[in-house]
Amino acid sequence: MAVTSETLETVRSVTGGEYKYGFVTDIESDFAPRGLNEDIVRFISAKKEEPDWLLQWRLKAYRSWTKLDYEEPKWSKVRYPPIDFQDAYYYAAPKDTKDGPKSLDEVDPELLRTYEKLGIPLREQEVLAGVAVDAVFDSISVATTYKEKLAELGIIFCPFSEAVKEHPELVRKYLGSVVPYSDNFYATLNSAVFSDGSFVYIPPGVRCPMELSTYFRINAANTGQFERTLIIADRDSYVSYLEGCTAPMRDENQLHAAVVELVAHDNAEIRYATVQNWYPGDKDGKGGIYNFVTKRGACRGRNSKISWTQIETGSAITWKYPSVILQGDNSIGEFYSVAVTNNYQQADTGTKMIHIGKNTRSTIISKGISAGHGQNTYRGLVRIMPKAKGARNYTQCDSLLIGDSCGGHTVPYIEVKNPTARVEHEATVSKISDDQLFYCRQRGLGLEDAVSVIVNGFCKEVFQKLPMEFAVEAQKLLDVSLEGSVG
Amino acid sequence: MTVPARRGASDVHEATCKAYLDRFATMRAELPGAGLPWLDAWRARAIERFAEHGFPGPRLEEWRFTNLSKLAETVFEPFPSAANGISREDLGGYRLEDGSDHLLVFVNGRLRPDLSSPGAPGDGITVTGLSRALEDDAEAVEESLIGAGDLTGEERAGAERAGEERSASLGQLNAAFMVDGAVIRVAANAQPERPVHLIFLAHPNKEPAGMHLRNIIHAGEGAKLTVIESYAGLADGPYWTNAVTHVTAEKGAAIQHFKFQAEGAGAFHIAVTDVDLHQDASYTNFVMSLGGILARNEIRARYTGEGVHCALKGVSLARGRQHVDTTTSVDHLMASGVTDETYKGIVDDRARSVFRGKIRVAPGAQKTNAYQLNQNLLLSDRAQADSKPELEIFADDVKCGHGSTVGDIDAEALFYLRARGLEERDARTLLIEAFLGQLIDDIEIAPVRAMARKAFTGWLAGLGG
Repeated sequence: MAVTSETLETVRSVTGGEYKYGFVTDIESDFAPRGLNEDIVRFISAKKEEPDWLLQWRLKAYRSWTKLDYEEPKWSKVRYPPIDFQDAYYYAAPKDTKDGPKSLDEVDPELLRTYEKLGIPLREQEVLAGVAVDAVFDSISVATTYKEKLAELGIIFCPFSEAVKEHPELVRKYLGSVVPYSDNFYATLNSAVFSDGSFVYIPPGVRCPMELSTYFRINAANTGQFERTLIIADRDSYVSYLEGCTAPMRDENQLHAAVVELVAHDNAEIRYATVQNWYPGDKDGKGGIYNFVTKRGACRGRNSKISWTQIETGSAITWKYPSVILQGDNSIGEFYSVAVTNNYQQADTGTKMIHIGKNTRSTIISKGISAGHGQNTYRGLVRIMPKAKGARNYTQCDSLLIGDSCGGHTVPYIEVKNPTARVEHEATVSKISDDQLFYCRQRGLGLEDAVSVIVNGFCKEVFQKLPMEFAVEAQKLLDVSLEGSVG
Repeated sequence: MTVPARRGASDVHEATCKAYLDRFATMRAELPGAGLPWLDAWRARAIERFAEHGFPGPRLEEWRFTNLSKLAETVFEPFPSAANGISREDLGGYRLEDGSDHLLVFVNGRLRPDLSSPGAPGDGITVTGLSRALEDDAEAVEESLIGAGDLTGEERAGAERAGEERSASLGQLNAAFMVDGAVIRVAANAQPERPVHLIFLAHPNKEPAGMHLRNIIHAGEGAKLTVIESYAGLADGPYWTNAVTHVTAEKGAAIQHFKFQAEGAGAFHIAVTDVDLHQDASYTNFVMSLGGILARNEIRARYTGEGVHCALKGVSLARGRQHVDTTTSVDHLMASGVTDETYKGIVDDRARSVFRGKIRVAPGAQKTNAYQLNQNLLLSDRAQADSKPELEIFADDVKCGHGSTVGDIDAEALFYLRARGLEERDARTLLIEAFLGQLIDDIEIAPVRAMARKAFTGWLAGLGG
């Protein structure tokens, strides 16, 4: 390692900082060559003009990814053919964005048309919803709105790569502090090759006046997506962040391994909502996205709060456990989830609540819906450490089964090392009752509508936690996802 | 590659494994049933599997919460066969109140006919020891051991099965070394009035010793049977009880199965109960665990017919540095099965209680109704409880659920009682009693209920201020 960085330093000094790449790949190319090796990691880093410490961090991650006899985790209930990590592209940039657009007008009209097709009213959102959108198209951010307004308050909301350039001290301080580079197979892969993502910093005492939102799209064939999101809420601040995804039709499975890190200091609150609707594959289970995500928040300060809400309707495979480390005394962690699997979709999702501080509280509400041949697993951990006096957890996971070929599973881990803690866990698995269906049908609802009404009622507790416009979208998504599952 | 030259835990375990393999080589010809080709092959295969897998480690999901390194560090030589002066009078404390039972007494893992009173065959029930059964009717034993789908007998495929096998390697060690145990058979439609009581006493010396018990309980079609197992240690020395019990309930049979585990303070108690339930069979299992330094009680039930009724209940009382593990795995293979599970733990001092429960509903096992409840009461700052209730459901027309709670004594309830003039200690005891009193009250058979009540009261009396 020393040799490599020395060599780089030497090269840099000789060439006056111009020559940073150290290998032959054309820097202007929009794709890194297929496969993954140290050079690719260097290429990505160079392409993004990253400082040396970040390159070293990526390399550390890459080396532990290759070295440790690393194997993909096998403990989950999801099944898929082995992934050839050497057969994917790890870097793709949209065309014509060399200098970065300054406003929407400068964005490639082709891209804007794609957005329209996907039904995202980017322009409309500016006016109507008061949502600042930082749209990630493949790997590089192409449009950022409302930035100035946020800047007035001292809020930093920008693409990750920009944050690396503009606010290196913040990035360096917090990157990997919640999800270390060696955390797990996919997080380590992400740490080595992460492309871009969002960075949010809310200064002390500031309440972010609008919902921050990022739409991730996957659009280039054969491109793994490795977003990295980092959100820091300083003392007494508040931020609500929305993340939503859709992807166009595609045949080949695509790998997606994102990492999200949240840090909440004293009295700060972060709400993180996700609507995930990536391509789930077709009726026969062909195609679809592999979604292997590591999301974790740290309630570092006293009275801090982190709340995860997720609506997972897409992806062929979902593997994600948004977690909260409750370090500060009196801190609060929440997890509200609706996961839908239809056709041949598989989801293994849940949360971890690690109670370290005194009087920490956590709530877990998970609703799993399986239809067709879908397999839906809730997997969660509640751990009360010896010092977590007065900790409290309430967990409720319900599974709804539609059709006799699907599966609903519940795998909770409860570990309590303090007697003053109170931990409650409850789970149910059932199908839509004939009585409920009959009641709705009798009042003239069609079968699908009746199911939709019942399913929406089943998920109500979670939908209520979503911002309004997302809640509407989520309900629609649910209907679309369950299309064809009954009758 | 430089490997630091240090004696790691795995080396120690390997040395222990090797000691067992050597032991097996020297004593295989003297083991009961030696010379029966099927049994020789079965034992050889079992020891091979054990050699391959060794002791299950904490990285195995099945053993995640229960660390066996202390067990794996020690070579437990088979208990010497010479049993010492225990007389019928010494059994008093372990007997059922009314003494009306078919009684088998085992000392240090071997049947003691002089202490036992199995009763003459009649009533459709035969009660005997395994060693004896191997002499009298080896064929029936073969069928029970191998036909029961024992892990060592059945070829299983796939990664999941391999993991299962690894985690069951102590059962394989048992298969290799088993010497004795109880064999209970009830003929079709027979309903013997008296329960069968099995008492397993251990009289350990300073040297660590082990016993590998294997019991067979078989109830024919429409038969009814009650079995009580009592385990007790007569001294505090180190020993290991490694018990495997096969239970089969044929069509419409009903078995009530109780177990009181009060091993000595230095004991390791590892028990697996493998249960096969046929159509309309009903099975009740109740375990009270209060002895040993490390105890694991595992129940694996398979419903191979429709309409099975199964109730699994248990109480773990742990103090000092005791570790009590309850692991259940229920496999609904056929429709209309009912499972009702309730396990409660009271944990004091630096003890730890573990519950792992899995309910699996296979595709097509519709109309299944299954519920799991695990509740733990922590009485001290260093006490610990781990709970992993698990549902794996592949059929839609089912009602399944689980609940799990962990907490200490409710401060408000305590205040309520104190306000009415009860001493703190009495108030606490009352609340602890209330926490699991129901489970004991639910035992239908009066002398067994009295036995459970007595054991619990005895435990409560030992509570610290």
